[in-house]
Amino acid sequence: MAVEVEVERRRATIKPINERIARLREESVRAEVRVCAERARLITEFYKSGEAQGLPIPIQRALAFKYLMERVSLPVEEGQLIVGLRGTGPKMVPTYPEICVHSLKDLEILDARESMPYRVDEETKRLYAEEIIPFWQGKSMRDLIFSHLPQEWIDAYEAGVWTEFMEQRAPGHTAGGERIFQKGLLDIKEEIAQAMKSLDPADPEYYEKFVELKAMDIAADALLIYAERYAKKLEEMAKEEKDPERKRELLEMAEICRWVPAHPPRTFWEALQHYWFIHVGVTYETNPWDSFNPGRIDQHLYPFYQRDLGEGRLTRERAKELLQAFWLKFNNQPAVPKVGVTAEESFTYNDFSKLNLGGLKADGSDGVNELSFLILEVLEEMRTLQPNTAVLISNKTPDRFLIRALEVVAPGFGEPPLFNFDGVIVKMLRQGKTLEDARTSGVSGCVETGAFGKECYILTGYLNLPKILEITLHNGVDPRTGKKIGIETGDPREFRSYEDLWQAFLKQLEYFVTVKMKGNDIIEALYARHLPVPFLSLWIEDCVKNARDYNAGGARYNTQYLQIVGLGTLTNALSALKFHVFERKTFTMEEILRALSADFFGPYEITRQILLNKSPRYGEDDDYADSIAKAIVDEVVRLVESFPPTPVRRASRRVYFLPTTVHVYFGKVTGATPDGRKAGTPVSEGVSPVQGTDRKGIAAVFRSVAKCDWDKTGGALLNQKLSPDLLSDEESLRKLAQLIRVFFNLGGHHVQFNVVSAELLREAQRRPQDFQDLMVRVAGYSDYFVNLPRGLQEEIIARTEHKHW
Amino acid sequence: MDATGVIFDIQRFSVHDGPGIRTTVFLKGCPLRCRWCHNPEGIFPEPELMFFEYKCISCGTCARVCPEKAIFFSPEGRKEKAFPKLEREKCTGCGVCAEACPSGAWRLVGKRITVGELISVLERDEVLYDRSQGGVTFSGGEPLFQPDFLFFALQACKERRIHTAVDTSGYASPAVLARIAPLADLFLFDLKPMDEEEHRRYTGVSNRIIHENLRALVRLGRPVVVRVPLIPGITDTERNIQALAGFLRELRHGIQGVDLLPYHDVAEKYQRLGRTYGMPSLSRPAEERVAELRDRLARAVFGR
Repeated sequence: MAVEVEVERRRATIKPINERIARLREESVRAEVRVCAERARLITEFYKSGEAQGLPIPIQRALAFKYLMERVSLPVEEGQLIVGLRGTGPKMVPTYPEICVHSLKDLEILDARESMPYRVDEETKRLYAEEIIPFWQGKSMRDLIFSHLPQEWIDAYEAGVWTEFMEQRAPGHTAGGERIFQKGLLDIKEEIAQAMKSLDPADPEYYEKFVELKAMDIAADALLIYAERYAKKLEEMAKEEKDPERKRELLEMAEICRWVPAHPPRTFWEALQHYWFIHVGVTYETNPWDSFNPGRIDQHLYPFYQRDLGEGRLTRERAKELLQAFWLKFNNQPAVPKVGVTAEESFTYNDFSKLNLGGLKADGSDGVNELSFLILEVLEEMRTLQPNTAVLISNKTPDRFLIRALEVVAPGFGEPPLFNFDGVIVKMLRQGKTLEDARTSGVSGCVETGAFGKECYILTGYLNLPKILEITLHNGVDPRTGKKIGIETGDPREFRSYEDLWQAFLKQLEYFVTVKMKGNDIIEALYARHLPVPFLSLWIEDCVKNARDYNAGGARYNTQYLQIVGLGTLTNALSALKFHVFERKTFTMEEILRALSADFFGPYEITRQILLNKSPRYGEDDDYADSIAKAIVDEVVRLVESFPPTPVRRASRRVYFLPTTVHVYFGKVTGATPDGRKAGTPVSEGVSPVQGTDRKGIAAVFRSVAKCDWDKTGGALLNQKLSPDLLSDEESLRKLAQLIRVFFNLGGHHVQFNVVSAELLREAQRRPQDFQDLMVRVAGYSDYFVNLPRGLQEEIIARTEHKHW
Repeated sequence: MDATGVIFDIQRFSVHDGPGIRTTVFLKGCPLRCRWCHNPEGIFPEPELMFFEYKCISCGTCARVCPEKAIFFSPEGRKEKAFPKLEREKCTGCGVCAEACPSGAWRLVGKRITVGELISVLERDEVLYDRSQGGVTFSGGEPLFQPDFLFFALQACKERRIHTAVDTSGYASPAVLARIAPLADLFLFDLKPMDEEEHRRYTGVSNRIIHENLRALVRLGRPVVVRVPLIPGITDTERNIQALAGFLRELRHGIQGVDLLPYHDVAEKYQRLGRTYGMPSLSRPAEERVAELRDRLARAVFGR
């Protein structure tokens, strides 16, 4: 298909939206992302004032949150139906100096960098220089963390063996459950009072619990104040408003703000506003990973939708408009500015709020309802960077829902991804959740499963598997720096069999994971002690009941994750070594090592071609390679789960297989690998085969991936790229749906599609100004292609484009 | 089960060769010489080499390893990238070059395989066939050109309750067809020009036996879908469409449907095989035109 035809076809799939939403959308999409200094100024003001001095830390944090909620700006986007916004306006992103204090150089880089800049004005820079930096330097969580971590941890971090999620952002990684839509803050204050009453002074933790409950109560008051301020503001706006229609609307909104979040919502509109206030609260309190999200939104909203329709308060069209207005609230809150390694691992404005659709209900029946379809329609029409979605497919999900979701996938902007919900339930049950909590679980972030509203599942960083192989092949030394950062596992030239190599790799892996786990324990303790989150704790069961903070193990379930990266690259590298060094003896280990250190330059190009093209590869349904992948997954899971629960939260240790954008960074710090990958180029992402090597079609990819036991993990991300021709008719969609069902029946966890040709992406690189709206699937999220750094653009182009079924 | 055949590809997740999701097995060798043939690598019965120029890194390994000295490579004194040259008449299809080629630029198409080996591949997708009510399609080349292999492969599928389809040109001896007919669950039966002379001109053979075989299948009550490659100026002419409609109307009670397969250019494949493409450059028929003809045929044949 010619590029023009493809462009035209994509354009033809854009659906009309009403005038109000179109205006709000345009404003939101076009707004520049800027650093907003208000929060940093206020929080510094608060801590400087001495008001909190000497008080217990949870109370300090709660008072700081209250200080913010009493003073932050109250922006209202022209024509919006939902109020509350983090920052002083759309895409004005606050900073969190108590967690990570940006240096002036950081601010300059953010402002000036070519892709995904955060504009920083002179006033903000001045404020940082004079107030923020002098006060917080050395005191932020980031400073605290790095000053506590052992040298071997720092060495591995600097070498790119892993990243650390909590160095610039607070833990989070959770989603709301039923509680959010069923309780008002007054109910929760009552719960707090009850919990307070039942505290036993003989309990050795009596004081900590007392303090935490007190902090929670203050945090609850803080959001009530915020909502009340908005009610007043809306009433004032109504007074000034000339348009009688809008005037009425503003008064209605004010009334809603006087009801929620104090009370449980009664209507569809109230439910959306209620959630959004909480979302703003959570994302003002800290800068948690994956922001926050309403979880199984079609389930939560459906009772309100049904009741409002039945009582004539709402029409389908109005519900859609409200959802679209709600949608844009997410889009107006980009991710917080990340720098250094954190920017490399998650290079996007996307903040990973993921709305889940479909799945099952708590009683095990099919969860798909009219709202599930309506929200797909909203997704199809809005096409904004945020929020993200997840379509949960169980064996009970009707085909028409899956096919409808694929219809939204077909025009090619990456959303929605599809998940095997029956597999999600197995994962949750294996971790010891109740059946009901498993059925009301879902996926957040990219592909991360969790018991929504009840679990604190913290991601701790990415692990670079290919780098660990590189260090194994150099007997504990990182060849990039010549520094010994691993352990001695033997000179690979003396390995007599593949088994010798495999055991050496496992020992090296065990060493690194042990160091990382030690670091995780330290960081968990630091967050539990220094950065409690009394506001978030209100919403996650059973923090109030347990009188324990979310960051200190208050949630019903506690889990800690390590995210594994480079499965495809490592598998192909091991497969190539097994096949060519130990079996065929095409090359000696010495020759391979020389070729690697030469980065396959000159005569070694032939070596590279043989390793690349003449070795069994993962992703082509070849048991030789796939059994290696399976063994890697088994061993990584076994190793990580062998560590005892974490010291503070008593969290079990688990793994995810997902990359966000870290596969590009991990590639940069990893030399040439025996699968024929050149030094510095990206490693494979998620559990996808190495870019461009899966030549046997999508069914073979599914077969290979499904051979690994993903039920033992928390989730595994699979990207597939399809030629636009393949999804051009109903029949193809139906067959793809069948194929996905089979993939899920076989145990696959997730799949997402880019439906775009390499030619179109090349054209977009040539004429970025004409492709501003082109969205592609990166990892567990979509992003504007032209905004991506070049390395990532090239990686996406290099992924195999399945042109034939 | 020990019968062997030569195949040149196994395509999994095939969605255009019969109902549901299918695995298509391409058998090598065909008695026809259709000028537009889009699987030219399926024509000759023996394994042969294809060369993918874009993959070649000009290392000369192939020339060094060829036991027949059939490949020449002389990069000296050239400015532009040099590629190896193959003298096909010397090539025995042993595949040593393809095996040694580091970049995969040489590919041996066609390999001998036993029915047992084939079945172990087909079984991998059983769950896919089950879910989609798909199965296995034998295509080519001409599958009836390897009747023993086809017979035992179909029988093995039947034992496993795997649905089978045979995609055929219909050019085979009636005895072969009679032996295969009860085993296949569906025939995808190609019809090329209706006029015998034209058929001979464009495919190299008469269509008389083809038409006889189609009638025979219908008489036996075997499920048949007729497929017509739509070649601009050859099979999409008014005259041919009318003749086709007339012929099929007679058989309408025994035919499940008529599919049109729009022509597409495959000149590149011929280059890779060191052959020339016998068709002038034609453009793919417009989607509207294909839809219109499809409707007309359906009305004329089935009255719907």
